[in-house]
Amino acid sequence: MSGATQTALEPLDFDAPRFTIEKPAVRFDEQGDASDAERSAAAVRAFMRDLTRATAVYLESCVHCGHCAEACHFYVASGDPRYTPIWKLEPLARVYKREAGPLRWFYKTFSWRKDISAEELREWQELLYDSCTMCGRCTLACPMGIDIAGLVAKARHAMFAAGLVPHELHAVSERAEREGSPLGATPKVLKERIAWLADEHEVEIALDRPQADILVTLSSIEIMKYPGALVALAKILNRIGASWTIRSDGYEATNFGLFSGNLESQRAMSVRIIDAAIASGATTLVLPECGHAYGALRWEGANIYGKPLPFRVLHVSEFLAEAVRDRRLPLKRLQGSITFHDPCQVSRRGGATAAPREVLAALGADLREMPPAGDANWCCGGGGGVVTLHRADAHRYRAFTIKMAQVQASGAERLATSCSNCRLTFDDGGAHYGWDRKMESLLEVVAEQLDDVR
Amino acid sequence: MELLEFARGPALAVSAAVFVVGLAWRIYGIFTRPARVDYSEPRRRDRDMAAGGFRAVFAKMLPPKGVKIRGAQMLNAYAYHIALALVAFTFAPHIAFISRHLGVGWTPLPDPVTYVATGLAIIGLFVALMYRLTDGVQRLLSNFDDYASWAVTLLPLVTGMALLERAYYPAPVAAPDLATSPTLLALHLLSLELMLVWLPFGKLAHAALFAFSRWRTGVDFARKGAAL
Repeated sequence: MSGATQTALEPLDFDAPRFTIEKPAVRFDEQGDASDAERSAAAVRAFMRDLTRATAVYLESCVHCGHCAEACHFYVASGDPRYTPIWKLEPLARVYKREAGPLRWFYKTFSWRKDISAEELREWQELLYDSCTMCGRCTLACPMGIDIAGLVAKARHAMFAAGLVPHELHAVSERAEREGSPLGATPKVLKERIAWLADEHEVEIALDRPQADILVTLSSIEIMKYPGALVALAKILNRIGASWTIRSDGYEATNFGLFSGNLESQRAMSVRIIDAAIASGATTLVLPECGHAYGALRWEGANIYGKPLPFRVLHVSEFLAEAVRDRRLPLKRLQGSITFHDPCQVSRRGGATAAPREVLAALGADLREMPPAGDANWCCGGGGGVVTLHRADAHRYRAFTIKMAQVQASGAERLATSCSNCRLTFDDGGAHYGWDRKMESLLEVVAEQLDDVR
Repeated sequence: MELLEFARGPALAVSAAVFVVGLAWRIYGIFTRPARVDYSEPRRRDRDMAAGGFRAVFAKMLPPKGVKIRGAQMLNAYAYHIALALVAFTFAPHIAFISRHLGVGWTPLPDPVTYVATGLAIIGLFVALMYRLTDGVQRLLSNFDDYASWAVTLLPLVTGMALLERAYYPAPVAAPDLATSPTLLALHLLSLELMLVWLPFGKLAHAALFAFSRWRTGVDFARKGAAL
């Protein structure tokens, strides 16, 4: 590690199955030149800002039972107790007890717990970023109901404040701030891609219409790596005769500020989309096949905006489910069996577990669920920004073996998901193991089954 | 002042006061933190969110669905929690004690239930300690609080067992004459009082905090329609 900071935009790696910046020759996992004391103090201040009532009750309630370990793919794959989810929050718990807990006078008077040091925060960087996808499976296992994933997000705010964000996450977050997209999908690139896709696939892709009922947002992973998803969505929206548009001033739903812990960046990315939706007069904002975009906009968008949003926010799988429910989407029967991988932020943590199943049912699909499926489904291991981190690769590949075993156990011929980040993780994990399975996009599967006859 | 007098008098009064004030202070400390206003459009109605909170308080008592559990540890935890509840609240002398101080009472279960439950609770606590010392995850997570809480929970059970002063025979069954063992009774009371003093400040406070934590998650997740 080095205390120096990267200054130029880092090149993206377009050739690898996993889409992130090129593997850095020298890592910069610290930002700025603050002293250790300043880093520690900044982390404590950020922790304190995040100490709401809910945070306090969670940090007070842990009984150290360790049940959360069995729910975590990184612990299960490695057997290393350090990857126990609640242990990843030890710095936060210590700061709380010493600085804000009801017994803080006791801890301070007797120096029962020391202040968290920058060295300890450096040690925890790997636990908070490389070894947690914030998938929330641990919350299912916790007998106290502690929302560990939510607390990890808060701990990342403190790590960002301390200037201790892993190299790749900081690099893509920087790119997002400078270019408006973390992975090179700038407005210029977007326009070029849309022109090319519209021509190549002979489909009308609505861009920058001043007014529309539906504002469609995209993930830069889709734009750069899986443009078929954009084509599929355009075909579906055109088929149902929707009034829709993509706006070049508010399309990027990928939010690396959320991953890195940079609240300002998270806010800027979200507000850009909210403003675009309002400017369009949209009544519905459709989020792309992207898990964390759902958490960032559906559940946090209004809170970042500071008031309720004047439009609905739907994940694209929810939008599809509504369309089939309203009989607006004529579909042909899907042959063969299929299994569905639940993106954690949409299903388990987002509450939209039923939507993709409703869509698959409308396709008449032979759905073979993975054991376990739905809310308890295992994470792919790439969420929370983990898939972007080169140094986490070995760890992530180990965790991915759980997912491969799940898919195999389903016995399904095809597999689909509704998150491009999960798809990326499957592609990369599959390539690593020479696995002969290909993750598909639910959106693209539906578009393939569009029936020409009403 | 005799030891028993002390245990029944000032020690009980002070420990009860520390218990009540300490627990209230700990919970008050949580509620002095700012509450977050959530502006997101809820998937459920307000009353459903409150129902979600209640459901979480009780549903989290059951093993989670679809997630592998540490079966033996969980079974042991169920066993000693239930056993502790039986010992504390169904033994005739304990009900008499509660009735004397709080004015409420209920029908006790037969004494052998308590004897068996006490044995189970003691065994369960030792099994729990074994896991804490040998299981890598629990050992890493454990600190002074875990071991202190274990000890102050065990002590009233051991001193209570010692009060029996004789081997147990299935019949005839009756609670022992406690007055014949004033020192042991005093030690039993003092061990309980130690637990009352420790409870608000350590992890034993989960006896109350579990409801707050589960409720919070239940309400927040019901808003999203997310899984508990």
